[in-house]
Amino acid sequence: MMHGNKLDKQQVLMAGLAVVGIIFAVQLFRIQVLDDEYKISAENNALRYMTVYPSRGLILDRNGLILAGSKVAYDIMATPADVSQFDTAAFCSIFHADTAWLKSKFRDFAKRRRSIGYQSVALLKQVPAEQYNVFSELSYKFPGFTAIPRSIRDYPFDACGNLLGYVSEVDAAYIKRNPDYKAGDMAGKTGIELVCEDELRGEKGNAIFLRDVHNRILSRFMDGEYDKNAIPGNDVVTTIDAGLQQYIESLMKNKVGSVVAIEPATGEILALVSSPGISTDKLAEINKHYEEIASDPLNPMFNRAIMSSYPPGSVFKILNGLVALDDGLISTSTKYPCHEGYAVGNFKLKCHEHKENIDFTESIMMSCNAYYCYVFRDILDNPEYSSVGEAMNHWNAVVRSFGFGSPTGCELPSEQGGTVPDAGTYDRVHGPGRWKSLSAVSLSIGQGELGVTPLQLANYASILANRGYWHVPHLLKCHDGGEEKYEERHYTLVDTALFESVIKGMYQAVNRSREDGATAWMARAEGLEICGKTGTAQNPHGEDNAVFIGFAPKENPKIAIAVYLENTGFGGTWAAPLGSLAIEKYLTGGVSRPLVEKFVKDRDVAGERREMLCKGNNSGQAAKGGAR
Amino acid sequence: MTFMDEISGRRFDWRLILVYVLLVAIGIMNIYSSVYAEGNTALFSLDSRAGMQLLWAGISAAVALVILFLLSPKIYDVLSWFFYAGIILLLVATVKLGVEVGGSKSWIALGPVRFQPAELSKITTALMLSSVMSRYNFKLSQFQNFAKVALILLIPMALILLERETGSMLVYAGFVFVLYLEGMSGWIIAFGLLVIALFVITLKFSTFFGLYAALGICMILWQYANRYLLRRKVLMWTVYIALAFLPSLLRSDAIAGHSVMKPEYWLLIISVIIAASYMFTKKRRFDRKQYYAVTAAFMFAVTVVFSVDLVFNKILQPHQRVRIESLLGIKEDIYGVGYNVHQSKIAIGSGGLTGKGFLDGTQTKYDFVPEQSTDFIFCTIGEEWGFAGSLFIILLYIYLIRRIVLLSSRSKNKFTEIYGYCVAAIIFMHFFINIGMTIGLVPVIGIPLPFISYGGTSLLSFTALLFIFIRLESDSRKQS
Repeated sequence: MMHGNKLDKQQVLMAGLAVVGIIFAVQLFRIQVLDDEYKISAENNALRYMTVYPSRGLILDRNGLILAGSKVAYDIMATPADVSQFDTAAFCSIFHADTAWLKSKFRDFAKRRRSIGYQSVALLKQVPAEQYNVFSELSYKFPGFTAIPRSIRDYPFDACGNLLGYVSEVDAAYIKRNPDYKAGDMAGKTGIELVCEDELRGEKGNAIFLRDVHNRILSRFMDGEYDKNAIPGNDVVTTIDAGLQQYIESLMKNKVGSVVAIEPATGEILALVSSPGISTDKLAEINKHYEEIASDPLNPMFNRAIMSSYPPGSVFKILNGLVALDDGLISTSTKYPCHEGYAVGNFKLKCHEHKENIDFTESIMMSCNAYYCYVFRDILDNPEYSSVGEAMNHWNAVVRSFGFGSPTGCELPSEQGGTVPDAGTYDRVHGPGRWKSLSAVSLSIGQGELGVTPLQLANYASILANRGYWHVPHLLKCHDGGEEKYEERHYTLVDTALFESVIKGMYQAVNRSREDGATAWMARAEGLEICGKTGTAQNPHGEDNAVFIGFAPKENPKIAIAVYLENTGFGGTWAAPLGSLAIEKYLTGGVSRPLVEKFVKDRDVAGERREMLCKGNNSGQAAKGGAR
Repeated sequence: MTFMDEISGRRFDWRLILVYVLLVAIGIMNIYSSVYAEGNTALFSLDSRAGMQLLWAGISAAVALVILFLLSPKIYDVLSWFFYAGIILLLVATVKLGVEVGGSKSWIALGPVRFQPAELSKITTALMLSSVMSRYNFKLSQFQNFAKVALILLIPMALILLERETGSMLVYAGFVFVLYLEGMSGWIIAFGLLVIALFVITLKFSTFFGLYAALGICMILWQYANRYLLRRKVLMWTVYIALAFLPSLLRSDAIAGHSVMKPEYWLLIISVIIAASYMFTKKRRFDRKQYYAVTAAFMFAVTVVFSVDLVFNKILQPHQRVRIESLLGIKEDIYGVGYNVHQSKIAIGSGGLTGKGFLDGTQTKYDFVPEQSTDFIFCTIGEEWGFAGSLFIILLYIYLIRRIVLLSSRSKNKFTEIYGYCVAAIIFMHFFINIGMTIGLVPVIGIPLPFISYGGTSLLSFTALLFIFIRLESDSRKQS
């Protein structure tokens, strides 16, 4: 072989040539036919998928008014490689931007020019259409700048900030939890936007382009044959009454607290206000305002209506009265004395000045503390039960049947359940069996170890309006298979026949005169037949909380409402007129009492609180205390 | 009688001409495709590379016709000295005055024309070599003759190396095939291949494995020269395989820490002991000469293995170093040095079985592959014509080379025969290095694909190279 003749040698070389040919063929077969990796890489190289974002579904109120809509905003993109000298002053004046900011941006682009290459980078995000229109007219002056339309939230009705929640770009943690989202997608983060995310988001589409090595877009791939259109999100209809919600928000502007209104016959939530809240213009640009909102000592992100657990105060007396009536411990004619309070031994619970020796209806109308101390002790010392503890547990069960002590089941996430004590609660404090009815007597007037949310209070008002049953309060009209849950009537453990007597008291509390001792007289509105009950709950941090529950009209009620105002004072003075104005607004569409309205609106609690909290060192602690 | 015969009255090998026309046409088509973009569709515009190549093809056709019909074939033999000396002068001038393009100084401007003398030097060297080797009574085994041949090859090689045209210089390595056919021992080629293999093994794995492979090769040679009983062969190979575990043995807990020497030195000591024990064995009768030859081969291999580090890090240029590292997968850098080959493989790989179709390639059209109309033209073919098209091109080249070799060996004229071998060797080297590079089998070495790559000098010189042979071959047949 090595020294053979020429012919042999030629054959050796030709064999070598064949071997080279075979090696080439095998390698080509491997990379061209067997291995898919190169085809995928080639697609990644040459095809650029541009996401087409769908417009988000609308959120409508019960009458079809748009609470959260969509509008087009523009991301202003710069392609640094194509940007030449331009009039920075003119550019900044269009977008109300700072020239120094623009210069620093471009210095940054210059630093990153290798990684940017021929790509476009976002310079300004979500520029409103008005600014964009000016820009597009003058765009010949700014080569290298383009605008990409994006659908953002628009709130035609300035209402429901907290309820709607906000939409923002998903972050890495969110994508990890929800793998079908990609960077740049928007998602609802709180409120209805979060609850109805799947309905609202729609389906992204994409447009496929061919690009070159510099990432320049050259043409549409197959003339758009493989493009996918974006599918807009579905609309969501809520049970909210936008007008009512907006009106209540205007009343609550400078208050700290909540108002919840429910349609008793259906459980539909008509309004749900937590104050201070997030205004919709801040909601639209949540990223810009997030710091400001988060640093507010009154915590506007905190939805007090469903998350705050408060002592209900005197409005709870009605429930204790119903328990006692139902247990047959008292009748509507039972009278108890009141000597400006209830005193046993060292124990004394004060009461305000009113007529002595009152019956059940009057006790509600006048909100007598002493009367309910007797009633509550009757309940706990009921001889039918072997111990105070057992009676306590019976009371607990009845209270829970009114929707207290656990979340009502409305759609909003993070709804809290509040607390309703039972025998165990007192056993833990005093030792098993080492406590008496007197130990828990503050529960009689809705104080003590009791915690309820404003939504539960509204539901409670709704139960009274319905004379004994409730529907799960809900915010959304259309529900897939959820209708049954909301159609079901939940009856309380109290005989429905007994409700008329408390309603009579509630009616009188509003509609009888101040001189007669009616506590909620400020809630009276001619012809509306409002029934109500006020409460003034002690707040260890500052002034008392003002409470009001009510419904109207008395027969066939259309609206039940709960008003809870932190650190505002007497329920009768502040909460009752506020609730009454809301009821009037809903039932008549207007308000006939401008003086009352002005009186309520002028009271600025939020301002005082902020001032106080900012002065005090322990601001965080006080804010929490207020919300307790 | 074929068409060509009729018009010329001569018997040119029409198959070679057909393959040539086919390759040039494929070249123009693919250059057109690789520069094709929206709004740049004119084939005949001289602004585009396809148009320019078409012009060059026309000039080449004219040159081919001149060579076939006007020039007497006698001039090549007679004037080869003159041509050779002229090109050497041009190469020297290029080294002094050349224009630097893309890192190499291989272009020279003669008036309005810019060209690469290195491309032409392949023809003149081939002619010179043929002229010298076809002299009566020339025997390569004579030292004087061998030195002459070596000088003819080394002078242009050195000058081209000075121009930093490594690619063209490597093409000269192809002349060893000619020398092999003309009497040089095949051991030299085998030796060269073994050195490359040892180099690659040492670089890719370790010095230990380089030595291990050298030992294995020597054992095969040793057994080839001596007949052993199977029992003895099994014993030898068992010891050999056991030695492979030396590094892991030395790295084991029991020995680690005590061992001051690296495994490769242990291996060396063990093999020296075994070899020495053969030396002093009187009982066995074996050919002392073979023993010394194999021992010398082993020592040479050891020298190669231990010099890898020096050659690689000190002698090679940094860009050559990284290209080799990238090819051997020692350093993955698909955005740096490995970018070309990675993108080239993507383009070819995405072609699939039948390709994306003419002008429909996305990778080459949108400039993902650099140098796509010159050195990486095969990417366009691979992407747009797929495996089928690529295979067709490979088969065309193999056919071309085989045909040239066949015609050469049949030739009665010694000059024609040797020149034909040279032509085949040059085309083969270009084919091997260029296509091997685009599919990631050979390090990136920038040389054109004959007849297909864009470039005037390249096309013209390959045309001249081939058509001189066609003319010579036709005449040598007539002589018979």
